[in-house]
Amino acid sequence: MDWLQQIINGISLGSIYALIALGYTMVYGIIRLINFAHGDVFMVGSFVGFYAITRLDLGIFPALILAMAVCALLGVVIERIAYKRLRNASRIAALITAIGISLLIEYGTIYFRGAQPEAFPNALPSKSFELWGATISIQSILILSISVVLMIILQFIVRRTKVGKAMRAVSHDVEAAKLMGINVDRTISATFAIGSALAGAAGVVFGIYYTKIEPLMGVIPGLKAFVAAVLGGIGIIPGAAIGGLVLGLVETGVSALGYSMWRDAAAFIILILILIFKPSGILGKNSREKV
Amino acid sequence: MKKINGFWAFLALSVVVYAVVQLLIGTGMLNPYYSNTLIFIVINIILAVSLHLVIGITGQFSIGHAGFLAVGAYVSAIFTKLDLPFPVALAAGGVVAALAGLLVGIPSLRLKGDYLAIATLGFGEIIRIVFNNIDYVGGAAGMQVPHLTSWTSAFICLFITLIVIMNFTNSTHGRACISIRENEIAADAMGIHTTYYKVAAFAIGAFFAGVGGGLYAHNFYIIQPTNFGFLKSFDILIFVVLGGLGSLSGAVIAAIFMTIVSTYLQGYPETRMIIYSVVLIIVMLYRPKGLMGTNEITSYFSKWTGAKGGRLHGK
Repeated sequence: MDWLQQIINGISLGSIYALIALGYTMVYGIIRLINFAHGDVFMVGSFVGFYAITRLDLGIFPALILAMAVCALLGVVIERIAYKRLRNASRIAALITAIGISLLIEYGTIYFRGAQPEAFPNALPSKSFELWGATISIQSILILSISVVLMIILQFIVRRTKVGKAMRAVSHDVEAAKLMGINVDRTISATFAIGSALAGAAGVVFGIYYTKIEPLMGVIPGLKAFVAAVLGGIGIIPGAAIGGLVLGLVETGVSALGYSMWRDAAAFIILILILIFKPSGILGKNSREKV
Repeated sequence: MKKINGFWAFLALSVVVYAVVQLLIGTGMLNPYYSNTLIFIVINIILAVSLHLVIGITGQFSIGHAGFLAVGAYVSAIFTKLDLPFPVALAAGGVVAALAGLLVGIPSLRLKGDYLAIATLGFGEIIRIVFNNIDYVGGAAGMQVPHLTSWTSAFICLFITLIVIMNFTNSTHGRACISIRENEIAADAMGIHTTYYKVAAFAIGAFFAGVGGGLYAHNFYIIQPTNFGFLKSFDILIFVVLGGLGSLSGAVIAAIFMTIVSTYLQGYPETRMIIYSVVLIIVMLYRPKGLMGTNEITSYFSKWTGAKGGRLHGK
């Protein structure tokens, strides 16, 4: 059952993409900005997890929570320092700033710790199960359960809490939300905190699954997670999860067919096709252009 | 009348700059290291100006410019490998890059802002991956290229690029492009065929990026797909952004300045990238239109003499 194995690998990869894509989609939904630095927050999360396990001797779950907390803080700091001033600036200015922040985090990390890759410690027993001929490692089960649990928590926050309600209101109409007495700045900070925490979790999970981490590792997964967010319909939270899974499956499919050199291109080809044929994404609705 | 004077002044200035540098190289007062830096500056100006047409004039945010650079570099390298003359190879690199620009532009220029940026980034990456997988051009290992770029050939290309882009900007087409930058919906309502002009600007920008790519390839002995990644696009982008979104002379000055800075910081790549990114963030936070905005350097001179209306373009 080779294809079953590929589907399992695809879902594992896809859930990592989905976790990163959620942050993109939330931030885009609320301030219409592609947060290029998001992939680098993911990288920082990975390194925090690595140092927490190797230096602080923490277990896998405390390390995960520490990485999420550090990333949440980093996300809020980035928003406060760089993006807050640009809320009324042109799109291009905001995008360029985001690219600048992204490069600053990447090369700042290289400056402080060097560019050499690091092997993520194997914090889990290397057990695996056989299921109809396919091998499911404990890592994939962990990845999937962490992603599912985080997504359920996210859905709960967005749907059931006051912060979530405020987030939905701000993404719908900033001005009206302000008039209703919602603290827009705090809501945006909360969005960045939650999105970045998810990216940090994705970083740790990525480390567990792929074992190799390096300062520039966030670039490609970041871009692909953005593709996933666009694929599902940017600004729509379930869309990011679906987009991530679809992208993960397509990529492993392309690799399985023997075109592994082209798997990075596959993601971008999907992006361009979706932008041409259905720019609003799988779950998105078409909106009319307003003057 | 003023425009014609401007043209002759520009021509005279270029001849003087060319002659002085050529004399310095010829008499050996400029060692190969400096003359190579000068050629590198010229190539970067060509790239900056070609992207300036797309971002600064037409307002289309493209961050995949290194893709066209790669097309020009590889195509011209293949031409010289087949023993065709260097000028033909440069022109062919430009033409194929322009065709790639059309191919990329027609679908993706229907998108706006962020989506366009990501689509161009995606196309740039796809182009790079394609070259990575073609064995004829050496794949990831790279391709040997003869060293043919000289100060003369680079300067002639720069001169043609500047003349074409300046004249394009001042023509009806250029004004149409500026109107798209200022407000696309309004431009559309005024009867400007926005898609046509966007694609045209994109293809012209890609053409000159291709020519720049040809010069780049024949200046470095070897080209590899990794030379044309996202960071290269970003290098070009910073020239345009720093100089001023919409200012040709700003892009030229930024290209000269940043090339000199990065030559000095060559031994410290991380420091260089940190400085680049911090400069970019600070400029965007405090001067979101770039250092010179849409002003040209000539407009500062005309302020001194009190003449009005000498702006190349602007609001």
